[in-house]
Amino acid sequence: MVIRDYIFLGIFLLVMACVPLLLKNDYYISIFVFASFNCLACIGLSLLLGYAGQISLGHAAFIGIGAYTSGYLTTQFAWSPWITMFIGVVISIIIAIAVGVPSLKLRGHYLAMATLGFGAILYIVAVAAVDITGGPAGLNNIPPLNLFGLILDSDKKFFFFSWSVVVIGLLFALNLINSRVGRGLRALHGSEDAANSIGINTSSYKIQIFIFSAVFSSIAGSLYAHYVTYIDPGPFGIMHSVLLMTMVAVGGMHKIWGAVIGSLLLSLLPEFLSFSTGYFKTFGIEYKPDYDTLVYGIILLSIMLFLPEGLYGGFSSAFRAVKNIVKRNGKKAKSSS
Amino acid sequence: MVETILEYQELQKNFGGVVAVNKLNMTVDIGSITSIIGPNGAGKTTIFNLTTGFLSPTAGNIKFFGNSINQLKPHNIASLGIARTFQNVQVFDNMSVLENIMVGRHLRSKSGILSSTIIPPFLRKEEKHIKREAEKWLEFIGMADDSQISAGSLPLGKQRMLEIARALAMEPKLILFDEPASGLNARETLAIGELIGKIKESGVTVVLVEHDMELIMDISDIVAVINFGTRIAMGTPAEIQINEDVITAYLGD
Ligand SMILES: Nc1ncnc2c1ncn2[C@@H]1O[C@H](COP(=O)(O)OP(=O)(O)O)[C@@H](O)[C@H]1O
Ligand SMILES: [Mg+2]
Repeated sequence: MVIRDYIFLGIFLLVMACVPLLLKNDYYISIFVFASFNCLACIGLSLLLGYAGQISLGHAAFIGIGAYTSGYLTTQFAWSPWITMFIGVVISIIIAIAVGVPSLKLRGHYLAMATLGFGAILYIVAVAAVDITGGPAGLNNIPPLNLFGLILDSDKKFFFFSWSVVVIGLLFALNLINSRVGRGLRALHGSEDAANSIGINTSSYKIQIFIFSAVFSSIAGSLYAHYVTYIDPGPFGIMHSVLLMTMVAVGGMHKIWGAVIGSLLLSLLPEFLSFSTGYFKTFGIEYKPDYDTLVYGIILLSIMLFLPEGLYGGFSSAFRAVKNIVKRNGKKAKSSS
Repeated sequence: MVETILEYQELQKNFGGVVAVNKLNMTVDIGSITSIIGPNGAGKTTIFNLTTGFLSPTAGNIKFFGNSINQLKPHNIASLGIARTFQNVQVFDNMSVLENIMVGRHLRSKSGILSSTIIPPFLRKEEKHIKREAEKWLEFIGMADDSQISAGSLPLGKQRMLEIARALAMEPKLILFDEPASGLNARETLAIGELIGKIKESGVTVVLVEHDMELIMDISDIVAVINFGTRIAMGTPAEIQINEDVITAYLGD
């Protein structure tokens, strides 16, 4: 179980390291950089959704908190991005406590409501607090990250950096799952009553995981700000929160690897769709970017109907089925010889 | 005099108009097997839910070693040393048999979210210790061979055994069993009876709710009979078997 995770991590590292070698165009590399931010947020979110069984509709707002804290403090006071990223994390933790504690103390899905409200409020603040956030126009000239003297100002450099952060995040999440705390979370998911009966403080665990996932999103937001160097409220709305949840659900919410697969796939999908516009035309279909939402909806619906354990779950049962067939044939071959 | 481990004083639980537990008074001696019997709907499960903090009493008191535990949450009550099983068996079917028991070691281990995140599992000493202890309890219930099987795919009899082992892994002082033999065949019931006897021998106090009269009369030290949430009789199995009120309650008038 644990060993398999490390093998996957090795394969994942190799595959990601090959991506920039295969993609000659910087534009495509930048798509992968954006995917890394979603991936980081989704890893945290998958712990919340798949293990603590809670829905958040406000994680894009935590990405926003990271992005705006970094953007504002670096442009106004010229603080080091590393310090501002840390401050963003601290602010996210405080807000996650304020939102999470009252709603997670009770059993049920109060967190979904609370985060929906909190996401909406933060979005309005980002648009209205013009003096701090720059309003709809946003913040410009955010400095790039400086990694021990290496300025991360190209897509390729940032690609390697941000995916390294994802790998570290992934390693942390995997450690957590295969620990006392992770077992407690899986127990909570299996039966909350039984988990309580053996002394697991399930509401405290839910709160901790909510905070944990908020930290992942906040870091993703800070990275985003220093990558694009300008931010506006656009990407931090409810729709993006919903998209993040969709990524986790499509990939498979009960496994961290599902979050990785789902976030990569749905981050790359719009590019793939616009790339295919030409093919659609040959069939006489005029494909517009507006249809993306429709495609997402269809994907989510089909996954929920046919692969409730997500793509990862689908892959692993297919793999198991093939393994069984091979085994059976192997036995047959032996017995007939 | 024997020390009292658990005491109910005028315990009352109403669900709207339904009085599930009605002015119940009862004590449990330390080291005993005390059984609670009574017709369906008599309030037995509700008594367990009150004792373990899943419900809070409408009135009255529950005392554990003389201290009131009425206001505590389930996980706090567990940490005092009260374990339980559920009438509708609740194993973690998303985990292996061994992992189920490992979670039972929750209160006997410490690592928190930060250390668990940073230190990988194979470098954590506590992890190895948890595993060793869990294997010991798996041995205790005689299911060492099933260690890696998914708990959800076990037959009911083994699921009940596993639930008991998970509770024992807490090393509780008191354990409450809610119909551990229901749905089991004669052989499995016998095994559960033997296991409960072994648990008593190890020094853990047992409160048992069960419908299987043979099992009850065989292993109980004291039997309490509940009807409509009140105690109508209490005594040794021999005394209960000849009690007029009990016979009326069970056979109707
Ligand atoms: N959570 C609940 N809400 C409402 N009524 C309940 C609840 N739990 C139990 N009851 C009622 O309380 C009474 C006692 O139930 P219970 O304790 O389950 O009985 P037993 O375990 O002895 O069969 C029944 O009438 C039952 O319907
Ligand atoms: Mg019952």
